[in-house]
Amino acid sequence: MAEDTKNATETPWDIGEESMAEYDRFKVVNKSPRRVDAMKLALGKGTFTDDLTPPGMLHVKMLGSPHAHARILSIDTTEAEAMPDVHCVLNMYNVKAIPHTTAGQGFPEPSPWDALCFPEKVRFVGDRVCAVAAETEAAALRALETIKVEYEVLPAILSPEEAVAEGAVKIHEHPEPTGISKPEMNLACTLGASVGDVEAGFAASDRVIERTYRIGYAQQSPIEPHIAVTWLDEDERLTVRVATQVPFHSRRILAQVLEIPVSRIRVIKPRIGGGFGVKQEVLLEDVPALVTLRTGRPARWALTRPEELVSARTRHPSILTMKAGVNDDGTLVALSMEVLGNSGAYGAHALTVVSCTGGKALPLYKAEHYRFDARVAYTNLPVGGAFRGYGAPQGFYAVEILMDEIAHELGMDPIALREKNMIGSGDDNPLAVALGEGGEGFPQRIRSCGLPQCIEIGREKIGWERRKSFDKTGTKRRGIGMVALMQGSGIPGVDMASSFIKLNDDGSFNLLTGATDIGTGSDTVLSQIAAEELGVTVDDIIIYTADTDLTPFDTGAYASSTTYISGTSVKKAAAGVRRQIVAAAADIWKCEADGLVAANKQVKHPDGRTLSYGDICRSTLYHHNQHQIMDHASHLSYECPPPFSAHFCEVEVDVETGEIKVLNYVAAVDCGVAIHPTAAEGQTEGGVQMGLGYALSERYLFDDKGVMQNASFADYKIFSALDMPELEAVLVPTYEPSGPFGAKSVSEIPINGPAPLLSNAVFDAIGVRFREAPITPEMIWRALREEG
Amino acid sequence: MSSITFEATVNGRPVRWEVPAGEFLTETLRSHGLIGTKRGCESGDCGACAILLDGVEVNSCVVLAAQASGHDIVTVEGIGDARAPHPIQEAFVDAGAVQCGYCTPGMVVATKALLDENPTPTRDDARHALAGHLCRCTGYVKCLDAVELAAERTANADAAHGGA
Repeated sequence: MAEDTKNATETPWDIGEESMAEYDRFKVVNKSPRRVDAMKLALGKGTFTDDLTPPGMLHVKMLGSPHAHARILSIDTTEAEAMPDVHCVLNMYNVKAIPHTTAGQGFPEPSPWDALCFPEKVRFVGDRVCAVAAETEAAALRALETIKVEYEVLPAILSPEEAVAEGAVKIHEHPEPTGISKPEMNLACTLGASVGDVEAGFAASDRVIERTYRIGYAQQSPIEPHIAVTWLDEDERLTVRVATQVPFHSRRILAQVLEIPVSRIRVIKPRIGGGFGVKQEVLLEDVPALVTLRTGRPARWALTRPEELVSARTRHPSILTMKAGVNDDGTLVALSMEVLGNSGAYGAHALTVVSCTGGKALPLYKAEHYRFDARVAYTNLPVGGAFRGYGAPQGFYAVEILMDEIAHELGMDPIALREKNMIGSGDDNPLAVALGEGGEGFPQRIRSCGLPQCIEIGREKIGWERRKSFDKTGTKRRGIGMVALMQGSGIPGVDMASSFIKLNDDGSFNLLTGATDIGTGSDTVLSQIAAEELGVTVDDIIIYTADTDLTPFDTGAYASSTTYISGTSVKKAAAGVRRQIVAAAADIWKCEADGLVAANKQVKHPDGRTLSYGDICRSTLYHHNQHQIMDHASHLSYECPPPFSAHFCEVEVDVETGEIKVLNYVAAVDCGVAIHPTAAEGQTEGGVQMGLGYALSERYLFDDKGVMQNASFADYKIFSALDMPELEAVLVPTYEPSGPFGAKSVSEIPINGPAPLLSNAVFDAIGVRFREAPITPEMIWRALREEG
Repeated sequence: MSSITFEATVNGRPVRWEVPAGEFLTETLRSHGLIGTKRGCESGDCGACAILLDGVEVNSCVVLAAQASGHDIVTVEGIGDARAPHPIQEAFVDAGAVQCGYCTPGMVVATKALLDENPTPTRDDARHALAGHLCRCTGYVKCLDAVELAAERTANADAAHGGA
């Protein structure tokens, strides 16, 4: 076991030049080598879940509910079962009702156990009714067409306001579910937190500004839809190859719903075609697993794109009422946020997402008094889940527009107002204890903060001062906006990662870790961290990750945890291996270990002698004091250092047509030391792309029966290369003392920016304030006509 | 289900496969081991399944195998392999354009189609060439960089070999 496990978080609180000098010492990190998996992906080699077809594999198709809310009275599968190509039919009559959550979180899950593999009551259009496994997809689809279902259609609740209204029909009233806050009120969860006395704060402020903001559904839309392939191995153990962000949670939840021991299940994560949170859900692997257990044959279930949009998971839509008490000089005195969230038919992630809506966004601005009140309601609409940003985008949507509105009302520059109130190095996060993820949290002090630099860089690059001189009379009017942002790095006191490293005879190393690369590049980043610590190059690291049989545990790829938490476990394990290498060299040379230096794949004696890592390994494996040089380490952190960012953009609004063009976008981010700067830029650019969709084009359109009207990539519009503005991602170097080689997180923070930013920039352009996203040309056109 | 005989040139080699009538080309290619062609939407909207049909980029998920029979097909596997990656593939790797990599084969195919037609594309040409390729990981910045880098390298390679 690595010796420094206990002490790793007790690093000095050294923000400043001494830490910044670390940048000059890096040999592997803070560089951008080729990603370890990039070439095989560019060649199209078989690496994804769907690229492996076990012989005899059956294909699963699911009959989804046509009704938003209905009790199933009967399911007649006689005809389907008689079809020669059909081998398994699953529904509520032959699959045990085991309440669980699909949320894919640590144990016990903070989400309610309100799901069944096959519910007796369907709660949204697309909810599971009956599955068929057949020789081909076509045969399975033909079989689905023969299934006759009788429903008792119930009134459908299509908004959170209806859900919490007096006398609303109950969505989860059956006795099994546990962990629902108030099922009788259709509330999946309620949460409150308070610091100081917000009412006294409002009373003491020069003015109080109150606004309500609404932000809607959006889908993660990984280009690879959900897929799982299952089979029994030669020992009759269930093997699950699945596009997941959480292989270990998947194994645990499968064991629960299949009622087989964890020891009988192996979950393998191959390459993943994007996750963005939606693959944290343990969404579909139970069905092919049941087919495999019952038939003995491999099975595959892949969602279609419409199924992915309708039946996978989404961003929780939210209505946020903000109230700020401010003094005329711009000092923020009191700030409150009230959230009514929409969790859809099930409560996956409802509590923890909404806690981040307040917990991540409110503390960016310091006030004496805060209050946060949240309710997340069940509706008969698609299900909310984990989605990059995890509640923070909803929170920042409200907070960052509100800051702009306050600045406008006070006649202040929006940057000056933010600079007056924003959190910085050495400050304590005022809400960290009162509002952690899902409940009380741990105290957090900001040890690295590059937000002032992010703002300065953005201001200069976008040409902030130009906003005063734009012509406001023509057809096409320009405006510039800005937002400030933060996020976290892992869930403090919860996320745990572990890694194992061993030395091979040629001086290469196997790095085995549970960390789950979902396309973020974490396999590369973790290899770099190991290589830096071991004094070798990335080519010397053979990384294998996220296989429940072969790698140690990791909570999974979520909460921006992989670089910060998993990376530290890798660094600790590598440090342990390096110490063993040095000790082995000292043993070979019969000298003291002090003074020996391990670098460049060799150990150097002060007198100039060297031993290569390969020499040392061959000696320890075959000759002298025989043992395997290897070490492992686990890591958990009570600290959660936020990355910081400022986004700026310039828009052009056509007042005749309502068309909005984003001309230029600058995203400056402080993620501590960027372990792989190109990957960090890529995360930032990708987050902006996704956020621009959320801001301008991505929305769910339902008919009055709760049927999604735009469930395809033709109609649910995500940004293409043609839609993107000129975009510059700028990495602002800081050094986070608690992170591996100074790193913080980077993957989630950029998604928080575009939605509020576009409201601010459009306001600057045309003087109309939008408090609802996405902003469509039609909304602009109508608003301008109403104004006259 | 009835089947048809699919006869075509795939990545330079003649093939003769019995395939179900009504099968789309993505499925035909994948079930014959050409798994670089990806399924993203199966409705022609995302470009993950792009291939070259007689040198023209098409989404193979909306082309029937029967329609493609008798034609020349190039998949990502026919553009380069591990022993000899194509400069376009090298460029996508070096530009940092490969994130999850699921859309990458389609983009490689699109870039091949572009550069075959127009060896010196502008950034706007590149934008249009990639317009039908949805990517959710990148902001397309590095993908456009990759197209430019590929054009540059292809031009240099051609120059080194005395022109195309």
